Amino acid sequence: MTAPALEVGGVSVHYGDVLALDRVSLMLDAGQVCGLIGINGSGKSTLFKTIMGLVRPDSGTVRIDGGTPSTARRAGLVGYVPQSEDVDWDFPISVRDVVMMGRYGRMGITRRPRGQDRDAVDSALERVELTAFAERQIGQLSGGQRKRAFVARGIAQGAGLLLLDEPFAGVDRRSEQTISRLLAELAADGRTVLVSTHDLAALPRLAERSIMLATRVLMHAPTAEVLRPENLARAFGLDPAEGAA
Amino acid sequence: MNPLDLLIEPLRYEFMVLALSATVLAAVVCALLSCWLVLVGWSLMGDAVSHAVLPGVVLAYVVGAPFALGALVFGLLAVVLIGVVRGTSRVKEDAAIGIVFTTLFALGLVLISVTPSQTDLNHIIFGNVLGVSLGDLLQIGVLGAVAFVLLVLKRRDLTLYSFDPVHAHAIGLSPRLLGALLLGTLALTAVVALQVVGVVLVVSMLIIPGATAYLLTDRFGRMLVIAPVVSALCSVAGIYLSYYLDTASGGMVVLAQGAVFALVYLFSPRHGVIGRGAAALRRRRLASAGG
Repeated sequence: MTAPALEVGGVSVHYGDVLALDRVSLMLDAGQVCGLIGINGSGKSTLFKTIMGLVRPDSGTVRIDGGTPSTARRAGLVGYVPQSEDVDWDFPISVRDVVMMGRYGRMGITRRPRGQDRDAVDSALERVELTAFAERQIGQLSGGQRKRAFVARGIAQGAGLLLLDEPFAGVDRRSEQTISRLLAELAADGRTVLVSTHDLAALPRLAERSIMLATRVLMHAPTAEVLRPENLARAFGLDPAEGAA
Repeated sequence: MNPLDLLIEPLRYEFMVLALSATVLAAVVCALLSCWLVLVGWSLMGDAVSHAVLPGVVLAYVVGAPFALGALVFGLLAVVLIGVVRGTSRVKEDAAIGIVFTTLFALGLVLISVTPSQTDLNHIIFGNVLGVSLGDLLQIGVLGAVAFVLLVLKRRDLTLYSFDPVHAHAIGLSPRLLGALLLGTLALTAVVALQVVGVVLVVSMLIIPGATAYLLTDRFGRMLVIAPVVSALCSVAGIYLSYYLDTASGGMVVLAQGAVFALVYLFSPRHGVIGRGAAALRRRRLASAGG
Protein backbone atom coordinates (compact mmCIF):
# COMPACT_ATOMS: atom_id res chain seq x y z
CA MET A 1 0.00 0.00 0.00
CA THR A 2 1.39 3.41 -0.95
CA ALA A 3 1.44 6.37 1.42
CA PRO A 4 -1.32 8.97 1.05
CA ALA A 5 -0.39 11.97 -1.10
CA LEU A 6 -1.07 14.28 1.83
CA GLU A 7 -1.56 13.41 5.45
CA VAL A 8 -2.20 16.07 8.08
CA GLY A 9 -2.34 14.64 11.59
CA GLY A 10 -3.66 16.60 14.58
CA VAL A 11 -2.17 19.93 13.47
CA SER A 12 -2.72 22.93 15.75
CA VAL A 13 -1.40 26.41 14.98
CA HIS A 14 -1.51 29.49 17.22
CA TYR A 15 -0.81 33.08 16.18
CA GLY A 16 -0.06 34.58 19.57
CA ASP A 17 -3.22 33.87 21.60
CA VAL A 18 -5.35 33.18 18.53
CA LEU A 19 -5.99 29.57 17.64
CA ALA A 20 -5.86 29.37 13.83
CA LEU A 21 -6.00 25.59 13.38
CA ASP A 22 -7.36 23.21 16.00
CA ARG A 23 -6.23 19.57 15.77
CA VAL A 24 -6.77 19.42 12.01
CA SER A 25 -6.47 15.95 10.53
CA LEU A 26 -7.09 14.99 6.94
CA MET A 27 -5.85 12.52 4.39
CA LEU A 28 -5.83 12.86 0.61
CA ASP A 29 -5.15 9.96 -1.72
CA ALA A 30 -3.34 10.52 -4.98
CA GLY A 31 -5.43 11.30 -8.04
CA GLN A 32 -8.18 13.50 -6.66
CA VAL A 33 -9.27 17.11 -6.58
CA CYS A 34 -10.34 18.19 -3.12
CA GLY A 35 -12.18 21.43 -2.37
CA LEU A 36 -11.46 23.46 0.75
CA ILE A 37 -14.18 25.81 1.95
CA GLY A 38 -14.73 27.98 4.99
CA ILE A 39 -15.34 31.61 5.86
CA ASN A 40 -12.50 34.15 6.04
CA GLY A 41 -10.41 33.40 9.08
CA SER A 42 -11.42 29.74 9.09
CA GLY A 43 -7.77 28.74 8.67
CA LYS A 44 -7.65 27.89 4.95
CA SER A 45 -4.54 29.98 4.29
CA THR A 46 -2.90 28.81 7.50
CA LEU A 47 -3.52 25.20 6.47
CA PHE A 48 -1.82 25.86 3.12
CA LYS A 49 1.09 27.56 4.83
CA THR A 50 1.45 24.66 7.24
CA ILE A 51 1.44 22.10 4.44
CA MET A 52 4.14 24.12 2.65
CA GLY A 53 6.19 24.47 5.80
CA LEU A 54 5.87 28.28 5.97
CA VAL A 55 4.16 27.97 9.34
CA ARG A 56 5.45 25.54 11.96
CA PRO A 57 2.57 23.80 13.77
CA ASP A 58 2.53 23.86 17.58
CA SER A 59 1.58 20.21 17.48
CA GLY A 60 0.80 17.56 14.91
CA THR A 61 2.54 16.42 11.75
CA VAL A 62 2.34 16.90 7.99
CA ARG A 63 3.46 14.12 5.64
CA ILE A 64 3.63 14.53 1.88
CA ASP A 65 3.94 11.33 -0.10
CA GLY A 66 5.01 9.69 3.14
CA GLY A 67 7.90 12.13 3.72
CA THR A 68 8.45 15.32 5.65
CA PRO A 69 7.41 18.63 4.03
CA SER A 70 11.04 19.74 3.62
CA THR A 71 11.97 16.51 1.83
CA ALA A 72 8.92 16.91 -0.38
CA ARG A 73 9.82 20.50 -1.19
CA ARG A 74 13.37 19.62 -2.14
CA ALA A 75 12.02 16.83 -4.35
CA GLY A 76 9.82 19.42 -6.08
CA LEU A 77 6.61 17.64 -5.06
CA VAL A 78 4.75 20.73 -3.84
CA GLY A 79 3.33 23.12 -6.43
CA TYR A 80 1.69 26.34 -5.34
CA VAL A 81 -0.67 28.68 -7.18
CA PRO A 82 -0.79 31.97 -5.24
CA GLN A 83 -3.78 34.24 -4.71
CA SER A 84 -4.00 37.04 -7.27
CA GLU A 85 -3.37 39.78 -4.74
CA ASP A 86 -0.07 38.16 -3.71
CA VAL A 87 1.40 38.53 -7.21
CA ASP A 88 3.02 41.67 -8.67
CA TRP A 89 1.36 41.59 -12.10
CA ASP A 90 3.56 44.49 -13.32
CA PHE A 91 6.70 42.41 -12.78
CA PRO A 92 8.75 42.44 -16.00
CA ILE A 93 8.58 38.73 -16.63
CA SER A 94 7.07 36.64 -19.43
CA VAL A 95 4.67 33.74 -19.06
CA ARG A 96 7.40 31.37 -20.24
CA ASP A 97 9.81 32.69 -17.60
CA VAL A 98 7.24 32.14 -14.84
CA VAL A 99 6.70 28.54 -15.95
CA MET A 100 10.48 28.05 -16.18
CA MET A 101 10.73 28.98 -12.49
CA GLY A 102 9.03 25.66 -11.79
CA ARG A 103 12.22 23.97 -13.00
CA TYR A 104 14.69 25.90 -10.81
CA GLY A 105 14.80 23.18 -8.13
CA ARG A 106 16.07 20.75 -10.77
CA MET A 107 18.67 23.01 -12.35
CA GLY A 108 22.32 23.76 -11.65
CA ILE A 109 23.47 26.58 -9.43
CA THR A 110 23.01 29.37 -11.99
CA ARG A 111 19.62 27.93 -13.15
CA ARG A 112 20.65 27.90 -16.78
CA PRO A 113 17.87 26.04 -18.65
CA ARG A 114 18.83 22.87 -20.52
CA GLY A 115 16.96 21.09 -23.28
CA GLN A 116 14.90 18.98 -20.90
CA ASP A 117 13.85 22.11 -18.99
CA ARG A 118 12.71 23.86 -22.18
CA ASP A 119 10.82 20.74 -23.23
CA ALA A 120 9.09 20.52 -19.85
CA VAL A 121 8.08 24.19 -20.09
CA ASP A 122 6.82 23.81 -23.66
CA SER A 123 4.68 20.81 -22.82
CA ALA A 124 3.33 22.44 -19.64
CA LEU A 125 2.34 25.54 -21.65
CA GLU A 126 0.64 23.31 -24.20
CA ARG A 127 -1.15 21.42 -21.47
CA VAL A 128 -2.78 24.60 -20.14
CA GLU A 129 -3.29 25.98 -23.67
CA LEU A 130 -1.07 29.03 -23.24
CA THR A 131 1.54 28.27 -25.91
CA ALA A 132 0.39 31.24 -28.00
CA PHE A 133 0.75 33.55 -24.98
CA ALA A 134 4.16 32.34 -23.82
CA GLU A 135 6.04 35.56 -24.63
CA ARG A 136 3.48 37.92 -23.08
CA GLN A 137 4.26 39.83 -19.93
CA ILE A 138 2.44 37.99 -17.14
CA GLY A 139 0.07 40.89 -16.37
CA GLN A 140 -1.16 40.96 -19.96
CA LEU A 141 -3.10 37.74 -19.45
CA SER A 142 -6.76 37.49 -18.42
CA GLY A 143 -7.64 36.36 -14.90
CA GLY A 144 -8.16 32.74 -15.92
CA GLN A 145 -5.04 32.63 -18.08
CA ARG A 146 -2.97 33.94 -15.18
CA LYS A 147 -4.12 31.04 -13.02
CA ARG A 148 -3.34 28.56 -15.77
CA ALA A 149 0.16 30.01 -16.13
CA PHE A 150 0.86 29.24 -12.47
CA VAL A 151 -0.70 25.77 -12.82
CA ALA A 152 1.70 25.25 -15.74
CA ARG A 153 4.56 26.19 -13.43
CA GLY A 154 3.47 23.36 -11.09
CA ILE A 155 3.22 20.95 -14.04
CA ALA A 156 6.70 21.86 -15.34
CA GLN A 157 7.96 21.41 -11.81
CA GLY A 158 6.55 17.87 -11.79
CA ALA A 159 4.63 18.55 -8.57
CA GLY A 160 2.52 15.64 -7.32
CA LEU A 161 0.64 17.91 -4.92
CA LEU A 162 -0.88 21.15 -6.23
CA LEU A 163 -2.17 23.76 -3.80
CA LEU A 164 -4.42 26.47 -5.25
CA ASP A 165 -5.47 29.40 -3.07
CA GLU A 166 -8.73 30.97 -4.29
CA PRO A 167 -8.13 30.36 -8.01
CA PHE A 168 -11.61 31.54 -9.00
CA ALA A 169 -11.47 35.03 -7.50
CA GLY A 170 -11.79 37.54 -10.36
CA VAL A 171 -12.18 34.78 -12.95
CA ASP A 172 -15.19 34.57 -15.28
CA ARG A 173 -17.43 31.53 -15.43
CA ARG A 174 -15.99 30.12 -18.65
CA SER A 175 -12.40 30.34 -17.35
CA GLU A 176 -13.51 28.81 -14.09
CA GLN A 177 -14.87 25.81 -16.01
CA THR A 178 -11.65 25.56 -18.05
CA ILE A 179 -9.58 25.54 -14.88
CA SER A 180 -11.84 22.96 -13.20
CA ARG A 181 -11.54 20.70 -16.24
CA LEU A 182 -7.76 21.13 -16.30
CA LEU A 183 -7.48 20.23 -12.62
CA ALA A 184 -9.63 17.14 -13.15
CA GLU A 185 -7.30 16.02 -15.95
CA LEU A 186 -4.27 16.57 -13.76
CA ALA A 187 -5.88 14.48 -11.02
CA ALA A 188 -6.61 11.75 -13.55
CA ASP A 189 -2.85 11.67 -14.22
CA GLY A 190 -2.31 10.81 -10.57
CA ARG A 191 -1.69 14.27 -9.14
CA THR A 192 -3.40 15.49 -5.99
CA VAL A 193 -5.05 18.89 -6.04
CA LEU A 194 -6.23 20.89 -3.02
CA VAL A 195 -8.23 24.02 -3.91
CA SER A 196 -9.54 26.63 -1.51
CA THR A 197 -12.51 28.60 -2.81
CA HIS A 198 -15.34 30.89 -1.82
CA ASP A 199 -17.23 29.94 -4.95
CA LEU A 200 -19.64 27.30 -3.68
CA ALA A 201 -21.50 27.13 -6.99
CA ALA A 202 -18.29 26.06 -8.72
CA LEU A 203 -17.51 23.40 -6.16
CA PRO A 204 -19.52 20.43 -7.59
CA ARG A 205 -17.83 20.85 -11.00
CA LEU A 206 -14.44 21.17 -9.35
CA ALA A 207 -14.16 18.51 -6.69
CA GLU A 208 -15.71 15.17 -5.85
CA ARG A 209 -14.86 15.59 -2.22
CA SER A 210 -14.55 18.70 -0.11
CA ILE A 211 -13.33 19.77 3.28
CA MET A 212 -15.26 22.27 5.36
CA LEU A 213 -12.92 24.14 7.66
CA ALA A 214 -13.72 26.33 10.66
CA THR A 215 -10.46 26.29 12.61
CA ARG A 216 -11.11 22.55 12.86
CA VAL A 217 -12.34 20.18 10.15
CA LEU A 218 -16.14 20.24 10.29
CA MET A 219 -16.62 17.82 7.41
CA HIS A 220 -14.57 15.91 4.88
CA ALA A 221 -17.07 14.22 2.62
CA PRO A 222 -18.42 14.05 -0.96
CA THR A 223 -19.00 17.58 -2.20
CA ALA A 224 -22.76 17.11 -2.62
CA GLU A 225 -23.02 16.19 1.03
CA VAL A 226 -20.84 19.07 2.21
CA LEU A 227 -23.04 21.47 0.23
CA ARG A 228 -26.29 20.35 1.89
CA PRO A 229 -27.99 23.43 3.35
CA GLU A 230 -27.98 22.12 6.90
CA ASN A 231 -24.22 21.46 6.64
CA LEU A 232 -23.43 24.83 5.09
CA ALA A 233 -25.41 26.51 7.80
CA ARG A 234 -22.93 25.12 10.32
CA ALA A 235 -19.99 26.77 8.58
CA PHE A 236 -21.46 29.79 6.85
CA GLY A 237 -24.90 30.39 8.22
CA LEU A 238 -26.28 30.57 4.66
CA ASP A 239 -27.47 28.30 1.88
CA PRO A 240 -25.59 27.38 -1.35
CA ALA A 241 -27.82 29.48 -3.61
CA GLU A 242 -26.92 32.55 -1.59
CA GLY A 243 -23.27 31.56 -1.44
CA ALA A 244 -23.09 31.45 -5.21
CA ALA A 245 -24.33 35.01 -5.63
CA MET B 1 37.83 72.87 -30.88
CA ASN B 2 36.31 69.80 -32.46
CA PRO B 3 34.06 67.50 -30.41
CA LEU B 4 36.68 64.76 -30.16
CA ASP B 5 39.06 67.19 -28.48
CA LEU B 6 36.34 68.02 -25.98
CA LEU B 7 36.26 64.36 -25.05
CA ILE B 8 40.02 63.84 -25.02
CA GLU B 9 41.13 66.99 -23.30
CA PRO B 10 40.11 66.03 -19.73
CA LEU B 11 41.77 62.64 -20.14
CA ARG B 12 45.19 64.33 -20.11
CA TYR B 13 44.81 64.48 -16.35
CA GLU B 14 45.36 61.24 -14.45
CA PHE B 15 42.78 62.22 -11.82
CA MET B 16 40.14 62.50 -14.52
CA VAL B 17 40.92 59.04 -15.88
CA LEU B 18 40.72 57.59 -12.38
CA ALA B 19 37.51 59.48 -11.71
CA LEU B 20 35.88 58.24 -14.90
CA SER B 21 36.93 54.64 -14.25
CA ALA B 22 35.70 54.67 -10.66
CA THR B 23 32.40 56.27 -11.59
CA VAL B 24 31.62 53.91 -14.45
CA LEU B 25 32.53 50.92 -12.32
CA ALA B 26 30.30 52.02 -9.45
CA ALA B 27 27.52 52.97 -11.85
CA VAL B 28 27.45 49.56 -13.52
CA VAL B 29 27.41 47.52 -10.31
CA CYS B 30 24.85 49.78 -8.62
CA ALA B 31 22.62 49.74 -11.68
CA LEU B 32 22.64 45.96 -11.85
CA LEU B 33 21.62 45.69 -8.22
CA SER B 34 19.03 48.44 -8.57
CA CYS B 35 16.97 46.27 -10.94
CA TRP B 36 16.10 43.95 -8.06
CA LEU B 37 15.87 46.66 -5.42
CA VAL B 38 13.14 48.59 -7.24
CA LEU B 39 11.14 45.41 -7.87
CA VAL B 40 11.38 44.05 -4.32
CA GLY B 41 10.57 47.51 -2.96
CA TRP B 42 13.84 47.89 -1.11
CA SER B 43 14.69 51.44 -2.16
CA LEU B 44 14.48 52.62 1.44
CA MET B 45 16.70 49.72 2.48
CA GLY B 46 19.30 50.93 -0.02
CA ASP B 47 19.08 54.39 1.47
CA ALA B 48 19.48 52.92 4.95
CA VAL B 49 22.49 50.74 4.24
CA SER B 50 24.32 53.47 2.36
CA HIS B 51 23.92 55.92 5.26
CA ALA B 52 24.63 53.38 7.97
CA VAL B 53 28.12 52.64 6.64
CA LEU B 54 29.40 56.10 7.68
CA PRO B 55 30.54 55.21 11.25
CA GLY B 56 32.23 52.10 9.84
CA VAL B 57 34.22 54.19 7.42
CA VAL B 58 35.26 56.67 10.12
CA LEU B 59 36.33 53.92 12.50
CA ALA B 60 38.25 52.19 9.73
CA TYR B 61 40.04 55.49 9.10
CA VAL B 62 40.90 55.84 12.80
CA VAL B 63 42.37 52.33 13.14
CA GLY B 64 43.93 52.36 9.68
CA ALA B 65 41.85 49.52 8.24
CA PRO B 66 40.45 49.55 4.68
CA PHE B 67 37.34 51.77 4.39
CA ALA B 68 35.50 48.94 2.71
CA LEU B 69 35.88 46.63 5.69
CA GLY B 70 34.40 49.11 8.16
CA ALA B 71 31.62 49.99 5.76
CA LEU B 72 30.73 46.37 5.17
CA VAL B 73 30.59 45.62 8.90
CA PHE B 74 28.28 48.55 9.59
CA GLY B 75 26.15 47.94 6.52
CA LEU B 76 25.45 44.42 7.69
CA LEU B 77 25.02 45.61 11.28
CA ALA B 78 22.33 48.02 10.08
CA VAL B 79 20.49 45.24 8.25
CA VAL B 80 20.59 43.01 11.33
CA LEU B 81 19.44 45.80 13.65
CA ILE B 82 16.55 46.69 11.34
CA GLY B 83 15.49 43.05 11.31
CA VAL B 84 15.72 42.84 15.11
CA VAL B 85 13.72 46.03 15.76
CA ARG B 86 11.04 45.03 13.27
CA GLY B 87 10.87 41.40 14.34
CA THR B 88 10.83 41.84 18.10
CA SER B 89 8.70 44.95 18.62
CA ARG B 90 5.47 46.36 17.23
CA VAL B 91 7.39 49.02 15.27
CA LYS B 92 6.78 48.64 11.52
CA GLU B 93 9.54 48.14 8.97
CA ASP B 94 9.80 51.65 7.53
CA ALA B 95 10.02 53.12 11.03
CA ALA B 96 12.63 50.52 12.03
CA ILE B 97 14.69 51.43 8.96
CA GLY B 98 14.39 55.15 9.69
CA ILE B 99 15.44 54.74 13.32
CA VAL B 100 18.43 52.51 12.67
CA PHE B 101 19.98 54.31 9.72
CA THR B 102 19.62 57.85 11.01
CA THR B 103 21.08 56.82 14.36
CA LEU B 104 24.07 55.13 12.73
CA PHE B 105 24.53 58.07 10.36
CA ALA B 106 24.44 60.44 13.32
CA LEU B 107 27.04 58.30 15.08
CA GLY B 108 29.20 58.70 12.00
CA LEU B 109 28.80 62.50 12.05
CA VAL B 110 29.73 62.63 15.74
CA LEU B 111 32.76 60.42 15.14
CA ILE B 112 33.88 62.72 12.32
CA SER B 113 33.57 65.75 14.61
CA VAL B 114 35.96 64.22 17.15
CA THR B 115 38.38 62.81 14.60
CA PRO B 116 41.25 65.01 13.37
CA SER B 117 41.63 65.56 9.63
CA GLN B 118 37.99 66.41 9.02
CA THR B 119 38.38 67.27 5.36
CA ASP B 120 39.11 63.69 4.32
CA LEU B 121 36.08 62.26 6.06
CA ASN B 122 33.67 64.86 4.77
CA HIS B 123 34.51 63.47 1.35
CA ILE B 124 32.82 60.25 2.40
CA ILE B 125 29.57 62.15 2.94
CA PHE B 126 29.58 64.14 -0.27
CA GLY B 127 31.92 62.06 -2.39
CA ASN B 128 35.25 63.05 -3.86
CA VAL B 129 35.55 61.27 -7.12
CA LEU B 130 38.28 63.61 -8.35
CA GLY B 131 40.43 62.56 -5.40
CA VAL B 132 40.24 58.81 -6.11
CA SER B 133 43.73 57.29 -5.97
CA LEU B 134 44.93 54.25 -7.87
CA GLY B 135 44.77 52.30 -4.58
CA ASP B 136 41.13 53.37 -4.07
CA LEU B 137 40.31 52.34 -7.60
CA LEU B 138 41.83 48.90 -7.08
CA GLN B 139 39.90 48.47 -3.85
CA ILE B 140 36.53 49.39 -5.31
CA GLY B 141 37.42 47.41 -8.43
CA VAL B 142 37.81 44.23 -6.41
CA LEU B 143 34.65 44.83 -4.37
CA GLY B 144 32.68 45.80 -7.44
CA ALA B 145 33.85 42.70 -9.28
CA VAL B 146 32.80 40.44 -6.39
CA ALA B 147 29.34 42.03 -6.25
CA PHE B 148 29.00 41.93 -10.04
CA VAL B 149 29.91 38.25 -10.32
CA LEU B 150 27.62 37.25 -7.44
CA LEU B 151 24.71 39.15 -8.97
CA VAL B 152 25.23 37.77 -12.46
CA LEU B 153 25.66 34.16 -11.33
CA LYS B 154 22.62 34.21 -9.05
CA ARG B 155 20.47 36.53 -11.17
CA ARG B 156 17.77 33.96 -11.87
CA ASP B 157 17.41 33.01 -8.20
CA LEU B 158 17.30 36.67 -7.20
CA THR B 159 14.59 37.33 -9.76
CA LEU B 160 12.61 34.37 -8.45
CA TYR B 161 13.04 35.75 -4.94
CA SER B 162 11.79 39.16 -6.07
CA PHE B 163 8.83 37.76 -7.96
CA ASP B 164 7.58 34.90 -5.78
CA PRO B 165 9.50 34.05 -2.58
CA VAL B 166 6.78 31.57 -1.58
CA HIS B 167 7.44 29.52 -4.69
CA ALA B 168 11.16 29.67 -3.96
CA HIS B 169 10.39 28.16 -0.57
CA ALA B 170 8.04 25.58 -2.10
CA ILE B 171 10.76 24.18 -4.36
CA GLY B 172 13.23 23.86 -1.51
CA LEU B 173 15.24 27.06 -1.96
CA SER B 174 15.80 29.42 0.94
CA PRO B 175 14.19 32.85 0.48
CA ARG B 176 16.00 33.96 3.64
CA LEU B 177 19.37 33.10 2.11
CA LEU B 178 18.50 34.84 -1.16
CA GLY B 179 17.38 37.92 0.75
CA ALA B 180 20.67 37.86 2.66
CA LEU B 181 22.59 37.62 -0.62
CA LEU B 182 20.77 40.68 -1.93
CA LEU B 183 21.49 42.61 1.28
CA GLY B 184 25.13 41.52 1.33
CA THR B 185 25.69 42.72 -2.22
CA LEU B 186 23.84 45.90 -1.29
CA ALA B 187 26.37 46.60 1.48
CA LEU B 188 29.27 45.82 -0.90
CA THR B 189 27.84 48.03 -3.59
CA ALA B 190 27.17 50.92 -1.25
CA VAL B 191 30.86 50.88 -0.34
CA VAL B 192 31.85 50.97 -3.99
CA ALA B 193 29.59 53.90 -4.77
CA LEU B 194 30.17 56.07 -1.74
CA GLN B 195 33.71 56.90 -2.86
CA VAL B 196 32.23 58.35 -6.01
CA VAL B 197 29.05 60.18 -5.10
CA GLY B 198 29.23 60.07 -1.30
CA VAL B 199 26.94 58.56 1.30
CA VAL B 200 24.12 61.01 0.70
CA LEU B 201 23.79 60.35 -3.03
CA VAL B 202 24.59 56.61 -3.19
CA VAL B 203 20.93 55.78 -2.98
CA SER B 204 20.29 57.54 -6.28
CA MET B 205 22.71 55.21 -8.05
CA LEU B 206 20.93 52.29 -6.36
CA ILE B 207 17.44 53.28 -7.45
CA ILE B 208 17.32 55.54 -10.52
CA PRO B 209 18.89 53.17 -13.10
CA GLY B 210 16.62 50.25 -12.18
CA ALA B 211 13.54 52.47 -12.15
CA THR B 212 14.51 53.96 -15.53
CA ALA B 213 14.98 50.53 -17.11
CA TYR B 214 11.71 49.32 -15.57
CA LEU B 215 9.86 52.03 -17.50
CA LEU B 216 11.51 50.96 -20.75
CA THR B 217 10.96 47.21 -20.89
CA ASP B 218 8.73 44.34 -19.76
CA ARG B 219 11.64 41.89 -19.70
CA PHE B 220 13.79 41.55 -16.62
CA GLY B 221 16.71 40.25 -18.68
CA ARG B 222 16.67 43.48 -20.71
CA MET B 223 16.49 45.59 -17.55
CA LEU B 224 19.77 44.00 -16.49
CA VAL B 225 21.37 45.37 -19.67
CA ILE B 226 19.57 48.71 -20.01
CA ALA B 227 20.14 49.85 -16.41
CA PRO B 228 23.96 49.48 -16.37
CA VAL B 229 24.35 50.95 -19.87
CA VAL B 230 22.19 53.98 -19.12
CA SER B 231 23.85 54.46 -15.76
CA ALA B 232 27.37 54.24 -17.24
CA LEU B 233 26.49 56.77 -19.96
CA CYS B 234 25.01 59.14 -17.38
CA SER B 235 28.15 58.83 -15.29
CA VAL B 236 30.44 59.71 -18.15
CA ALA B 237 28.19 62.60 -19.17
CA GLY B 238 28.04 63.81 -15.58
CA ILE B 239 31.81 63.74 -15.10
CA TYR B 240 32.48 65.59 -18.39
CA LEU B 241 29.83 68.18 -17.62
CA SER B 242 31.27 68.75 -14.17
CA TYR B 243 34.70 69.23 -15.75
CA TYR B 244 33.58 71.86 -18.23
CA LEU B 245 31.01 73.57 -16.01
CA ASP B 246 33.28 73.38 -12.96
CA THR B 247 30.54 71.86 -10.78
CA ALA B 248 30.43 69.09 -8.17
CA SER B 249 31.07 65.84 -10.02
CA GLY B 250 29.08 63.47 -7.77
CA GLY B 251 26.10 65.78 -7.92
CA MET B 252 26.44 66.14 -11.69
CA VAL B 253 26.38 62.36 -12.19
CA VAL B 254 23.20 62.05 -10.17
CA LEU B 255 21.62 65.01 -11.96
CA ALA B 256 22.32 63.32 -15.28
CA GLN B 257 20.64 60.14 -14.06
CA GLY B 258 17.68 62.10 -12.75
CA ALA B 259 17.35 63.96 -16.06
CA VAL B 260 17.36 60.74 -18.06
CA PHE B 261 14.78 59.24 -15.72
CA ALA B 262 12.58 62.31 -16.25
CA LEU B 263 12.82 61.92 -20.04
CA VAL B 264 12.00 58.23 -19.85
CA TYR B 265 9.18 58.87 -17.40
CA LEU B 266 7.66 61.27 -19.91
CA PHE B 267 8.46 59.67 -23.25
CA SER B 268 8.91 55.91 -22.75
CA PRO B 269 6.82 54.36 -25.56
CA ARG B 270 4.98 51.88 -23.39
CA HIS B 271 5.16 53.15 -19.83
CA GLY B 272 5.88 56.88 -20.18
CA VAL B 273 3.23 59.43 -19.25
CA ILE B 274 3.31 61.30 -22.58
CA GLY B 275 4.28 58.20 -24.56
CA ARG B 276 1.11 56.48 -23.36
CA GLY B 277 -0.99 59.57 -24.05
CA ALA B 278 0.44 60.01 -27.56
CA ALA B 279 -0.27 56.37 -28.38
CA ALA B 280 -3.86 56.79 -27.22
CA LEU B 281 -4.19 59.99 -29.29
CA ARG B 282 -2.86 58.26 -32.42
CA ARG B 283 -5.34 55.45 -31.94
CA ARG B 284 -8.19 57.94 -31.59
CA ARG B 285 -7.08 59.89 -34.70
CA LEU B 286 -6.82 56.67 -36.67
CA ALA B 287 -10.25 55.64 -35.48
CA SER B 288 -11.86 58.98 -36.40
CA ALA B 289 -10.01 59.12 -39.75
CA GLY B 290 -11.22 55.61 -40.50
CA GLY B 291 -14.82 56.46 -39.46
